[in-house]
Order: sequence, then structure tokens, then C-alpha cells
Amino acid sequence: MIARKDILLFATLRNERIRLPYFLDYYRGLGIGHFLIVDNASEDGSADYLAQQPDVSVWRTQASYRRARFGMDWMNRLLRRYGTGHWTLTVDPDEFFIYPFCDTRPLEALTDWLDTYDIRSFPAMLVDMYPKGPVDAVPYAEGQNPFEIACWFDSGNYMISKNPKLQNLWIQGGPRARVFFSDRPAEAPSLNKIPLVKWERGFVYVSSTHSLLPRGLNAVYDEWGGEKASGCLLHAKFLSTLTDKVTEELTRKQHFAGSREYRAYAERIPERPDLWCKWSEKYINWRQLEILGLMSKGNWA
Amino acid sequence: MTVGFIMMCHTALNRAAQVARHWAEGGAPVVIHVDQRVPAPEFAAFAESLADLAIVSFSQRYRCEWGTWSLVAAAQSAAEDMLARHANVRHVFLASGSCLPLRPLEELRAYLDARPYTDFIESVTTAEVEWTVGGIDMERFTLRFPFSWKKRRRLFDGYVRLQRRVGFRRTIPKGIVPHLGSQWWCLTRQTLSAILQDPERARFDRYFRKVWIPDESYFQTLARLYATSIESRSLTLSKFDFQGKPHIFYDDHLQLLRRSDCFVARKIWHRADRLYDTFLAPRPRADVLAEPNPSKIDRLFAKAVERRTRGRPGLYMQSRFPWQDRENGKTSAPYSVFQGFSELFENFDGWLSKHVGARVHGHLFAPDRAHFAAAETVFNGALTDSATLRDYDPKAFLTNLIWNARGERQCFMFSPRDTQALNWFMATDPNAQISVVTGAWAIPLFRANQNFATIRREAARLQQIEIEQLKILQSMYVKARVRIWTLADFIENPMEPLQAIIDEISPRALRRLTEVPQMVDLTGFGRFLQNLKNQGMQPRLMGDFTVNDALPTQGLRRGRPYVVK
Repeated sequence: MIARKDILLFATLRNERIRLPYFLDYYRGLGIGHFLIVDNASEDGSADYLAQQPDVSVWRTQASYRRARFGMDWMNRLLRRYGTGHWTLTVDPDEFFIYPFCDTRPLEALTDWLDTYDIRSFPAMLVDMYPKGPVDAVPYAEGQNPFEIACWFDSGNYMISKNPKLQNLWIQGGPRARVFFSDRPAEAPSLNKIPLVKWERGFVYVSSTHSLLPRGLNAVYDEWGGEKASGCLLHAKFLSTLTDKVTEELTRKQHFAGSREYRAYAERIPERPDLWCKWSEKYINWRQLEILGLMSKGNWA
Repeated sequence: MTVGFIMMCHTALNRAAQVARHWAEGGAPVVIHVDQRVPAPEFAAFAESLADLAIVSFSQRYRCEWGTWSLVAAAQSAAEDMLARHANVRHVFLASGSCLPLRPLEELRAYLDARPYTDFIESVTTAEVEWTVGGIDMERFTLRFPFSWKKRRRLFDGYVRLQRRVGFRRTIPKGIVPHLGSQWWCLTRQTLSAILQDPERARFDRYFRKVWIPDESYFQTLARLYATSIESRSLTLSKFDFQGKPHIFYDDHLQLLRRSDCFVARKIWHRADRLYDTFLAPRPRADVLAEPNPSKIDRLFAKAVERRTRGRPGLYMQSRFPWQDRENGKTSAPYSVFQGFSELFENFDGWLSKHVGARVHGHLFAPDRAHFAAAETVFNGALTDSATLRDYDPKAFLTNLIWNARGERQCFMFSPRDTQALNWFMATDPNAQISVVTGAWAIPLFRANQNFATIRREAARLQQIEIEQLKILQSMYVKARVRIWTLADFIENPMEPLQAIIDEISPRALRRLTEVPQMVDLTGFGRFLQNLKNQGMQPRLMGDFTVNDALPTQGLRRGRPYVVK
């Protein structure tokens, strides 16, 4: 079922039925060979929908997301079992991978290129996308490109520090720090991610896809002044689906750090906050992200 | 007479077959070497797919490892086949399985017909080569390399070091001068056969067998012995990056490749369908033969290497996070910091923005919030005025600000009241222009009309902060353009320093300053300083003010400005 050279996508989800058609099509378009998805007790038919897809394998679990270290235990097991020897892309259903030349070159072009340089991991920072106006003003329809609605992003307010323990960069900022966490920036969500890895036995994601072990896999940045190649994960979290998600997640309390992120949203959602500001940037393509300095072609030309 | 192709293949055999067919159908004989490591069934299928073409043949297979003699041996035996089987071949073109012809075969043939005695082989002496892997150039020819560079790097490096230490040197055979060059060449029958049939060949082969990466030096060196006319360039467009890996061409390079007028390019990504479809489609030959001109492609790849090794100055991002002092530009553009000016002059920012083409902010690092120009709450890049966010990572705040406003110079006010976290950063940043009027922080206190005990405490605190900052600005590590005056010196003659600062910000503006910024009324300031002294606080940074205000008023000329031409 999985061919030797397939690029595999791994994801955990819960009640994301409405997002799935576009999600699967987007990644099929990049050239994902097979999807391996853990369904955590969805009640909206997500699992059944996935089971009908020819290129998706679904695992269903009723267990606690929090106790599985926010799903990472499930992911790590699947990665070890099925991902070993493959290029693997681990994303959430609201994350859309963008890389240099993604409009003209399939994902395999990137992984082939990484192979020639013996590069095993590829970074893609999370870029929070949002609509102009309250997030629930325009309802998201199944199959729709979420970035038709949430097409704005913050281009230059990110803060970076180095995690001395795992050597990964810790990136914060963007609209979430700006609007929800401006009074307690230390709690602002992490945006650094390393979603694309040529998996080997012994590799393991430590916390979400923010960092890995062994630590060498986190060295995806240059420290001598040069730029390594990198991509972005466009984050389609701020859509009309957010309100329901927040209500649900607050009762389940299954998210990181006591779901403080969802509590922060819940506090503000009644005011219908607008993440948009005068200096928000409208998304065009990967070249724009590269010119703005959010990602880089490195020496890939 | 025609040109014959030798193809060295090991992967993407379907693509190699396509290209071989293209050449063979155009009437050019092809001899293919397939790496011994390709499994038998794959090779059989490959051979089968070309079986209908009589002028395509396969040479003896070698197990090829990068950087070893096997590649030369394979090329030698394929070349022998070519010369023996096809008497009508005058030029032999060495290509790889991932090469793609960019121009019709007719054009290449015509090009070579016009130069029947020319050998196209890049061949330069080691002294002129700068692209060698691992910094080993001449030593390729004088050391031994029994360990694989790719698989056993530590042993490789260790053995090289050992030989250097003990002073080991192989002797270079008499009569040859080592030359290096691209391994993709196009030689005449005359030169190639002279190399292959040389009575000394066994001796040369024995020597080159142990040279490192002989495929870049064997033919390149020996061609020098026999060629009558060497064009030291390759007809194959093949670019290597700073790590010695070939750049790869994709569909989006189509126009670039088309306009390069090169005959053959490598390496082509095996799934670049559009490139293969376009360039292998039958095309008429052009009437005028263009010379190959890869300069556009050179520039593209040179930029890629530049980006990978030096990056964009002043950019901090997920894949560029330089160590301190490795930034190659701590910030992305010049900026100006004014300390004491907004205290000394009324509406200094307004005055300054009229006289320089720059964005003039207020106190960006003020304790309450970042005072952006025009009292905005958000700046370019969605940078907010939140003091908490700013102070969480002040360096990111400043570098983001400068980066986001690329193309427009940034100026901002600074004072000991503001966040001091960046003093070292700015002092060591060559992009910073820092102008300080020391002691000017006292002016707002002087005009505050507050409880004097509070004023005295605050004055002591601010003075301490400024003294610490001045220590940094006067240290030997400073890279910024720093100017420091005491308050007393500055008000004596403010126009000259202001003119100098502004000239530096906008050097092309030839207009002299005519309008003086309005200085605040300092009547009684000397008395104020004396009062501080009387209360036990020693104001040290203002310079000399007399108690009776005689001196400061002299500086407060409000009439015509005094400007030294």
C-alpha cells in the first residue's frame, strides 16, 4: 500500500470533517503518497470520511489526547513503524505546508534536493493567517481554500531565541502574541516547527513538531550568517470554525498548559476581536514570504 | 563526420534512454556506460528500450564510486568502443545520464564542423582553481587517498593530516603538469586516441589510479600533452555550489536554459517533464549560430550561494539565526538615535522630519509604550507599541523595526528613562548613528515643578543610568558612529553639530539648515543644578552652568542661526 519512495503525511485530528476535503486535496497536489491519520474520538464522521479515501489509513482512539502528550505518542509510534526510511510530513489539519518553488516543483523535488545534501530535516515556521474582521464573520464552507477567507498575516513581529537544551529555535510572535498575549508574552504560542523529516529509527518528536531528538535534527538554521532553506506552515486556525472549537476544547481540557491558549481565546471571543491591522500583509505566494524574510530558498535555485 | 556521445548512467535510466534516443535518431552514435550497481533486470529493460537503435551500444560496466578511478576507467573503455565502432566520429562528447541537450543536434554538429581541430575541455592549473572540495587542490596529485571521502570522512581527513605531517609526497610522472576541470568534455578523435593509445598510458594510469577525483584531472591533464587547440571550457552547462554539489534544473528554469544557448545542460531533475518535452521535441536549427552564454544562469546560482553563505544582513529568522558577531550586519540598514534632543528642543521630532527624508519616531523604548512616528499604535510588519512585548525581546523589536522599514531610514529618540537593554547592541552596530547630549535628561526635571526630594532621587537614578551607558559608548568595542556633547557645550553652538548629523543622514541634501529648532527656555537651569548640589546630589554630565544664568542665555540665541560654512 505504501510504495518505497512515497512521501508520507502524518496527522492527529478530532472533529475536523469540514476541513478534510481541502486538506487532503492540497497535500495530494504536493505529491503526498499516503496519509496516516489518528482520529481521536471524532463525533462528526471524520473517521468514516477518511476511511473511504483510497490513500488514507485511519487509526481510531478514544484515549486521552493530553495523556498521549498531545497526540505526540501516537504520532511517534506511527512514524517509527511506517515512516522509517521515508520522507515524512507531520502536520495538523489546519496547517498548510509552503516551501520554496512549491508552485512549480512538487514536494519530491525538495526531498530529492535535501537528499543530495544529506539534510534530514526541514523547518517550516507557523504563520497564523486571519481574516479581516471578526473570525466568524465569513463562514467556512467544506472544500473551500481557507486562505480565501483568512488571507492576512503578520510579516515582521517575530521573536526568536535558542533553546539551549535541544538546540532548536523558539519563535513567538504574530497575531496571537500581538492580540491575545501582549501582556504575558512568555506564554505566547511557539511558532517554530520542523514538519518534514527523513525518518529513521531512533528519531522522536519531543513536543509537538517543535523539536526532535536526536538534537542534530533541530539544527535547521545557519549560525554563521548564511541562510538555510526553509518553508512555512500557513495556519488556518482563525476561521469561523474557531468558536465551536474553543467551546469544545475548554470543556475537554486536553490541550497544552491547561489549554491556556484556548482560555485566552475564550476570554476575547465575546468581544469578536479583529486580528487585522493596518500593517497586516495580504498573502500572495511563497515568493512574498521569502522576500519578507519569513522563509528562505537557501542555496536552492 | 559527426559527433558521438558517451553517456555515463546510474539513475533515472528512463530519462537517459530518452536522451540517447534523441541523439541516435539524429544520427549521432551513442555509447552508454551503465553503473555496475544498477540491478540486472533494470539494465536489461533499459537495453531493451534502446535495442531498435543500431548506433547505440553499451560499454563494459564498472562499479562507479564518486571520486575514484572507476569513473575514468569507464570513460576510457566507452571511448575506446566509440572510436573503434564508429569511424565517422570526429568529436567525442562525454555526457551523463542526467544531461539534456538544449539545442538541436544539427547546431552542435555545425558548431564542431566549424572547429574540427578544437578540443573543448576545461583544463586549468591547480593554482587557478577555487572550487575544489575540502580545500585539497595540488595535494590531490601528491597524497594518497585510500579512504572514501563520502563514506569514511574521518579516516579520509585523518590520513590527509597524517601525510601532511610526515611530509609524504607522491612523485608526479615526468612529462605531465596536473590540470583540473569539469569532467564533461568534448575531445577530437585525434586527441582522444592519442591519450588512449599512448605507449606511456600504463604508467599514467597507474599514477592517476591513486589521484583523488581523477575524473576531474585525467583527461584534463593528458589533453594538454596532445591537443593542438584547447578551448578551456566545457560545452556542458554544469554548475556546482559551494559544497561541490551540482545545481539541479527544474521546469521553472525553462526560459533561462533556452536563452543560455548552451548545447547540453546538467543536471536535470528526472521528473522535469516540461524540460524533457520541450528540448527533446524536434526543432529546426537556427540560421545564425549563437555562442553559448550562460551568464544569466551563473548569476542565478551565484546569488543562491551568496544567500546560503552570507544571507541577508540584519535578518533574523527560522533558518538564519547568527551567533553574536557573525551577523554580517546586526541590522539591515542605517538608523539614528538621538539622546537629549527631545528634552532640549520643543518638538524636535517634527523639526527633524522636516529636514531629513526619514521616519522620525519618538521614544521607541519609553516605559509606557513604543512611541512610533505620528502617534501610531502599529508599525510596518504589524509591530505593536506594547512595551511588554517590546521588552520581552528588545533586540527583536529593533531589528524587526529596521528590517520592516527597509528603504526608509529610521530615527528615534532615546533617553536614560527608556529601556537600556540594547546599549551594547547599538554601540557595536555599524549601522547605528548615536548622538548624545549628556545631562539633558535633567531638563524635564527642571521644568517638572515637583517635590524636590523626588526630583533629586530621579536625577540621581537617571545620571547613574547615563554614566553606565556612556561607559559603553566610550569603550573600545564601539562600531557605531557616536557623537557626545555635554549639555553646556551643545547649547553653546547647536547648529554645527545638527548640520553634521543631518548631512550624514541625507548626504545628498545640499541645502544648509536655515531654521533652528526651538530650544526650551533654560532660564534658571543653573540655579536648579546648584539646588541639586545643595541637596547632596552631584550633577556631573551637564557641563558648566553658572548659577546666575549668564552662560546659558548666551547659548539661547533665537535670532539668525550661526552656521560655520
